[in-house]
This record gives sequence, structure tokens and C-alpha cells, in this order.
Amino acid sequence: MAIIGRIAVHVFKESVRDKVLYNLVLFAVLLIAASYLIGQLTAGQDVKIIKDLGLAATQIFGLFIAVFIGIGLVSKEVERRSIYSLLSKPIRRHELILGKYAGLVLTLAVNVVVMAATLYLVLGYMSWVESEEFKATWLRPAADPAMLPAIFLVFAQLALVTALALFFSTFSSPILSAVLTFGLYVVGHFNADLRNFESVVDSTAAAYLARALYYALPSLAPFDVKAAVVHGEPVTFGYVAMTTGYGAAYVAALLLAAVFIFSRRDFK
Amino acid sequence: MNRPWWERPVAVTVALTVLVAVFVTTAVVRDRTYAASAAETELLYLPSGDMVERMALSFDSLMADIYWIRAIQHYGGTKRSESTEKNYDLLGPLLDIATTLDPHFSVAYRFGAIFLTESYPNGPGRPDLAVALLEKGIEAMPERWEYYMDIGFIYYWWLQDYETAASWFERAADVPGASWWLRSLAATTLAAGGSRESSRMLWQQMYDSADNDWIRVEATRRLTQLRALDDIDQLIALAVRFDQQAGRPPRGWEELIQEGLLAGLPLDPTGLPYVLDFENGTMNVSPESELYPLPGESLPPLPQ
Repeated sequence: MAIIGRIAVHVFKESVRDKVLYNLVLFAVLLIAASYLIGQLTAGQDVKIIKDLGLAATQIFGLFIAVFIGIGLVSKEVERRSIYSLLSKPIRRHELILGKYAGLVLTLAVNVVVMAATLYLVLGYMSWVESEEFKATWLRPAADPAMLPAIFLVFAQLALVTALALFFSTFSSPILSAVLTFGLYVVGHFNADLRNFESVVDSTAAAYLARALYYALPSLAPFDVKAAVVHGEPVTFGYVAMTTGYGAAYVAALLLAAVFIFSRRDFK
Repeated sequence: MNRPWWERPVAVTVALTVLVAVFVTTAVVRDRTYAASAAETELLYLPSGDMVERMALSFDSLMADIYWIRAIQHYGGTKRSESTEKNYDLLGPLLDIATTLDPHFSVAYRFGAIFLTESYPNGPGRPDLAVALLEKGIEAMPERWEYYMDIGFIYYWWLQDYETAASWFERAADVPGASWWLRSLAATTLAAGGSRESSRMLWQQMYDSADNDWIRVEATRRLTQLRALDDIDQLIALAVRFDQQAGRPPRGWEELIQEGLLAGLPLDPTGLPYVLDFENGTMNVSPESELYPLPGESLPPLPQ
């Protein structure tokens, strides 16, 4: 466990050295500039748009970090041949995989927390400068704590995407891993349509196949409750817990498969 | 050599089967417990808003904002353009896409309806599209009585169909939580639809119930137009009085001022002088005024 922790901290430090966290500055600038510009453009919907923009940017920035760093976690070590020196140390292969994963998830957690704090700061400022009369027209308060479940589920989704990227990186090249991960990300947002496939096809076999694919492929749409929280619709604790549980089980399966594949790879 | 369990194929297969069973069961329970998401209930590959929604992945709400901004830009840009042939054709589809992407986008329904009804050249003059947009809003949020009221308002103000307007005000009043005055508005509309007083009442209620600054500004503008119509009534009465005294109609405001009937140039509520048009026998606000054109209400003619 201690070794996994040390590898995780090393991955986090490496991402800081690689200036990955610079994206936070970009995020803050984007939000502050947008809050000014959009406030001039739209009909009293500036708070809604800033919330939409902030939550979407948190997801997009996190997605790029998860994919582009995730695909290199293992394959980069193999390409650089540094895997030999790593494996000659008292580090077991499963510790390397789990440590790498934990390190990237830690990086993403720091990212999401700082982005969420920035979003709340911008919204808090907007709330502070607006009159009470104007604020009364808002559907929800600007710095609405109800956004937290959406932010948490964005993080949970990123953890799942990271596991996908890491899984592919244990047996394929970085480019192929990126294509596969992005492909599954897109499919993950569409696959809810597979669930009710029987309503558009006559073939029972095709309907069953579609249903099987729906359950086998990562279902990412349920992690997306951004629109709901922005409109003040309740997102229950039960829903968040169940979706997180689904994500955790899926991540565990991916990591187990990744450990199994990586432990059987021959680097001689 | 004795391998750990996670390196043994059989153990890993068993463990993976268990994990897959866990996440599939969780997905099944979640889908049964919680209502299916909008994405699940919509058909694939439809044109316009549905198509864009497919492409928006999980960023529907953000895409809706983008389309809403485009709709505002299209409307505002066309309205302000110097072109003699203003084309608002894209407005309807843009609003449709925005509200398909985000069915709870309240301001897009209410404002979109205002944009669509505005008569040409200030808008496309399509109250039919505005009613369809608001009906779409009712489908998404049947609890929003404001949408029923807005439809009634379109029938009242733009289509002058007071019976249908009254029925929509009644429907609005039937929505739980609706304002108490809607039922009396329905009754007034049926009894005195088209009168300036009932119009004033309508716009005042619109102002009072506005959840948005823009709607408030629009209601203020309409109330000011009604004030201008009141002013014009009084000015016409003065012109008639001048005609009775002098035996001929006045040729300009100066004559009314000289006769002591007016203290100075009569100004509309925005500060621009009213226009006396002897050629056509009409009195109106200046075309430069923010109040121009006044609503299509028949004013008494000037003495000729």
C-alpha cells in the first residue's frame, strides 16, 4: 500500500512538473472573461450560462488530462525503456498500475477541486455585485451548493475515463489508446439508446445484442447531471451513490484486467 | 512459482465476472429506480434540435446557451440592420434548437415568443410560431402558468382573438400556483377585449409577474405606448376644439400654442414631439421614437 502511495505521489509531482496544472489558470481566465462578456450578451441568464460553462469546462479539461496523461502512464515507461529500471526495484507490477492510476486520479481531484472553487468564487462575486431585486429573478442562487453533486459526478466520470485510458495503455500504443478511449467516451454518452433498441428493430436477437452492449459498454450519460443542477432539479443522494457505485465497480474491473494483462507482458 | 490471484486467469475471470455482475446490476437497479434520461426517450437521427442534441453529447445545456445567444444575435442583428428586406427566417429554427437542447430554458420560450410575434420590420410577425414555441414549453413544464398566459396574450394583442385569449387565461388560472388575477383577466378580456383599459391591465400584470428584466422592459414600453395613445386622444380633442373655434383644422402645433390650447410642443413620453400629419389626417409618434410604431388601434381621425 505504501508503495502504491509513493508511486501515486510521484505521478502527481510529475504532472505538476509537466505544467498540467497550468490549465487551471486558463480555466480561471476563461470563467472571469466569460462572466463579463456573457453578462453583456444575454437576457438575465448570465448566471445560468456561467454555471453551464464552468461545469462543462471542468469536464472537458479533466477529460483531456485523463486521456492524454492516462494513455501514457504505462506505454511511456515502455517506450522510454524506463520500465526495466522500475521493475528491477522492489515494485510489483500491480503496485505500479494501481499507483499510476491513483496518482492521476489525485491530479484530477486537485484539478476538479480548484476549478469548482474558482467557479464558486466567480458566482459568489456575481451574487455579491447584483441587487437583491435582480437576484430574485434567478432560478437558483448563484453559488448554489446543489451544484456539488454534478461536480462530484464529473470527477467520478473522469476516474472511469482514466481507468479506460490506463487499461488500453497496458497493451496498445498511445495513439490507439487515445482513439479507443475517446471512442468509448462518445459511445458512453450514446449507449442509452441501445437500451430501448427493441422499439426500433424487429429482430429479437438484435435487440438482445443491443441490450447486452448497453450493459457492457461504460454508461457515461448517467454521470451527467449538469443541466439538472443548473435548473435546480433535485439530484438525490441515492442516485449519486448508485452512479458512483456503478463507476467504482467498472473501474475495479478495468484495473483488474489492466493488472492481469500487464503482469503477463514480457518486456525482455 | 506461486503467482498471486490477480495473475491467475481463472481467478481473474471469476473476479471480473463478479465485478461485471455488480456494475450491470447497479445499472439495472438505477434505470428502474430513476426515470430514464431525456436522451433515452428521444429518437435517433431527427433533424434540427434533436440532431444537434445528438452531437452535443453531454453538453446539451451549454449548446442550448450557444443557440440562444445565436437567436438573440440573429434577431437583434436583423432588427438593427439597415437592409430594406429583413429576413428573420432563422429565428424559429434557432429557438427550436435551443429549447430542444434544453427543454427547461424558460427565457428562450418567453422571449422567443416576444421576438417571433413582433410585427415586421421589427420582427418576423409570426404569432403562430410563437404559440407553437410556448406550447412546446407547456409540454416540457406544464406547471408554468406564465406560458399559458403568454399564449393568451398573443391571441389578445397580436391576433385580436379575444375569445381564444380568454380561454388561455382561464387555462393559466387553472394551473396550481397561478396568480389570482388571471381569472378576472379572462373575464375582462371576454367583456371588454381590445379596449385600451384591458390592454393596460394586461401589460401591467405582465410587468408585475415578469421573472426577467427584458420582459419588464418590454411591458414598460407597451405601457408607455398606451400612455402615448392617451396623449394622442387628448391632442385630437384639442385639434377638434381649434377647428370648432377657428372654423378650420390647425395647420401645425404653433397654431394650437398661439390659441393657448397648448403650452408648448407636445412631446411623447420619450421626449420627441408628436407628429401631426394633415395629408393623411393622422397624429402619431415620430418614426424616430422608441415607441414607433404604435399598436394597431383605430384612433379617431383629425378634423379635415
